[in-house]
Amino acid sequence: MPSGDSPSHPGPSAIPAGRQTRLDTYVDRYAARTKGMSASEIRALFAVASRPEVVSLAGGMPNISGLPLDVVGAALHELVLDRGTTAMQYGPGQGDPTLREQICEVMRPEGVMAHPDDVVVTVGSQQAVDLVTRVFCDPGDVVLCEAPSYVGALGVFRAYQCEVVHVEMDDDGLVPEALRQAIAVTRSAGKTIKYLYTIPNFHNPAGVTLATERRAEILDICIESDLLILEDNPYGLLGFQTDPHRALRADEADRVVYLGSFSKTFAPGFRVGWALAPHAVREKLVLAQESATLCPPVFSQLAVSTYLATHDWQGQIKQFQETYRERRDAMLEALADHMPAGATWTRPGGGFYVWLTLPEGLDAKAMLPRAVTERVAYVPGTAFYADGFGSRCMRLSYCHPTPERIREGVRRLAAVIQAELELRETFGAALPREVRGYEAPNPDLS
Amino acid sequence: MSEQPGRVLVLAGGLSHERDVSLRSGRRVSDALRAADFEVQQRDFDVDLVPELQSDPPACVVPLLHGEDGEDGALQEVLALLGIPHVGSPAAACRLAFDKAVAKSLVASAGPSTPDALALPAETFRELGAASMMDALVSQLGLPLVVKPTRGGSALGVHVVHRREDLPSAMVGCFSYGPIALVERFIRGTEVAVTVVEDDSGAHALPVVEIRPDGGVYDYSARYTAGATEFVVPAQLSDAASDACAAAAVAAHRMLGLRDLSRSDLIVADDGSVWFIEVNVSPGMTETSLVPLAVEAAGTTLSAVCGDLVRRAIDRKR
Repeated sequence: MPSGDSPSHPGPSAIPAGRQTRLDTYVDRYAARTKGMSASEIRALFAVASRPEVVSLAGGMPNISGLPLDVVGAALHELVLDRGTTAMQYGPGQGDPTLREQICEVMRPEGVMAHPDDVVVTVGSQQAVDLVTRVFCDPGDVVLCEAPSYVGALGVFRAYQCEVVHVEMDDDGLVPEALRQAIAVTRSAGKTIKYLYTIPNFHNPAGVTLATERRAEILDICIESDLLILEDNPYGLLGFQTDPHRALRADEADRVVYLGSFSKTFAPGFRVGWALAPHAVREKLVLAQESATLCPPVFSQLAVSTYLATHDWQGQIKQFQETYRERRDAMLEALADHMPAGATWTRPGGGFYVWLTLPEGLDAKAMLPRAVTERVAYVPGTAFYADGFGSRCMRLSYCHPTPERIREGVRRLAAVIQAELELRETFGAALPREVRGYEAPNPDLS
Repeated sequence: MSEQPGRVLVLAGGLSHERDVSLRSGRRVSDALRAADFEVQQRDFDVDLVPELQSDPPACVVPLLHGEDGEDGALQEVLALLGIPHVGSPAAACRLAFDKAVAKSLVASAGPSTPDALALPAETFRELGAASMMDALVSQLGLPLVVKPTRGGSALGVHVVHRREDLPSAMVGCFSYGPIALVERFIRGTEVAVTVVEDDSGAHALPVVEIRPDGGVYDYSARYTAGATEFVVPAQLSDAASDACAAAAVAAHRMLGLRDLSRSDLIVADDGSVWFIEVNVSPGMTETSLVPLAVEAAGTTLSAVCGDLVRRAIDRKR
């Protein structure tokens, strides 16, 4: 009998027997990996962020209003009429062969020369992170991640009971010497590192890019240390000024599993991403994919494939770049205009995010209720660390709000920070102790 | 079954910090009313609400907005202005109950004990010197003490402070949720909640619900994570303590002029004494909330209770 709902033990005669309940019949049956999956104040506050009164600088939603919906609509119409029975049928677990060929074309500007047989289509690149972790990691294995790192990946590593060791970044991305040290210290502690998870381009959340001259060094360290790299690259084609950066996978095919996505370059609703992996890994990923979903959604795959075949997708990406560059500029100008002394922030060359560090003594998580009251939202930095750090930081996204809304949001945020500074000064309050938490935002904020 | 009186509008969501909780409460009550054959519409609280209420008034509104949007009396004032009946307390009573400091003093004047407390805005600390003010608070109230916003719910911004050096951080955290902090003496004991429901014969207390959070603190996570808290209904209290809890909740309900439904939060101290903490005019109705537990323990259903309250609200207008 589950203990979630049971009669209580009899008490003293004067005390009536009560019915005990935990309002969850299955409370004793959950897997250990669900520990920490609980309601949090921070997640509750994000519920308000979706209201139009709030300027949300929290969301990571791509701005798909620029998509040619008439073209997409016509293509989908045609897809149903011409290939509907294929599009709505099961498909190969590895993904549609034509789409896999097209994916190889999409990766080519980043120097990646790949064969479609080595591509596994996934439900967004998020599922690719999940499958790779499922294939490689036992509980207690270590994954090296940048500090900070992508909240959605941290959630996956937590679900598979991995230990995350963060590695320092600076404005040029992952610091090679810090990586060397992290590997040495972790291994000397007797722990097994399964891979380095890295976002080299226009990092989520940090907004920085791994410098070209560091890329070879990072690869060398991983080769010397016999370390696999999980290269997550959803924003690589969304740079503002330069040609795409050369992928790590372009120079090291055997040691890198490369993850890509159409969520930012086309539309996230289709949930189509991919993993490009060395052949032995790819075989396991296909089997893992089949056990997870049987096959990635065929309709979505064919929709993306049709879009790539019939539309100037590269021209569309250029439009996206222009939109995001304008919004990035609006955010950087507003930050320069309004932020108080002591605040610093990154200056992204592409992608969606600015990483803001607050003046000393402030705590972004503790400040969030005040921000929501003032109708502006952000994601506190602690969400991007597995070890509870990051309390002085926050992620600001410029991808979805218009430039005017971005300026208004930053203005409100600056007022919130000013009020918090005055309060901290009044109370001389020390920062709260940093504790490990589970405060990932909702999926549309990731 | 008798014919139902027309469309019931359940208001849930809003812009308060408790939006998520409110949406869940709204969904549960909407389902309960639909099960009782009411025609139910659930909607958010936004700029289109008043024009819609004017052009297509519902038979009755059920406000399930938690926090300022629904509990500070403003919404009730608007509904009264528009002449639309609503379930729950009138505006003036909401204003009194929503401010914890005001509610405590009024309820104490009617008999129930309430822990010593002071309500202070941030400006007072700034102008008079926070360090000496905090020293005085600790000296007066002792440790541990509780810091919470005077207005708000779901334990948001609530801190139990065990050490003097943790007080500044707790004050800052509290002021992030609201401009006035209630600093209250901590009472060690059993946390309980008492739901008061009115029917034609008056206000009645439902069975006392005892709250046993796993971590010892009934905070936001303990409230809304299924399984994180054990509830005992009726509470494992002596008959005398249970009766005292029920009496305190009914006294609070009457003293503040509340109507239809309220939930008082109380603590039964280790010595058996009963302490009133606060009262909620729009208590949570989620899957992990206390009122539905009390309703079930009383041998009735949420559908029956909500249906009766809707009919009473409509009858008041007739």
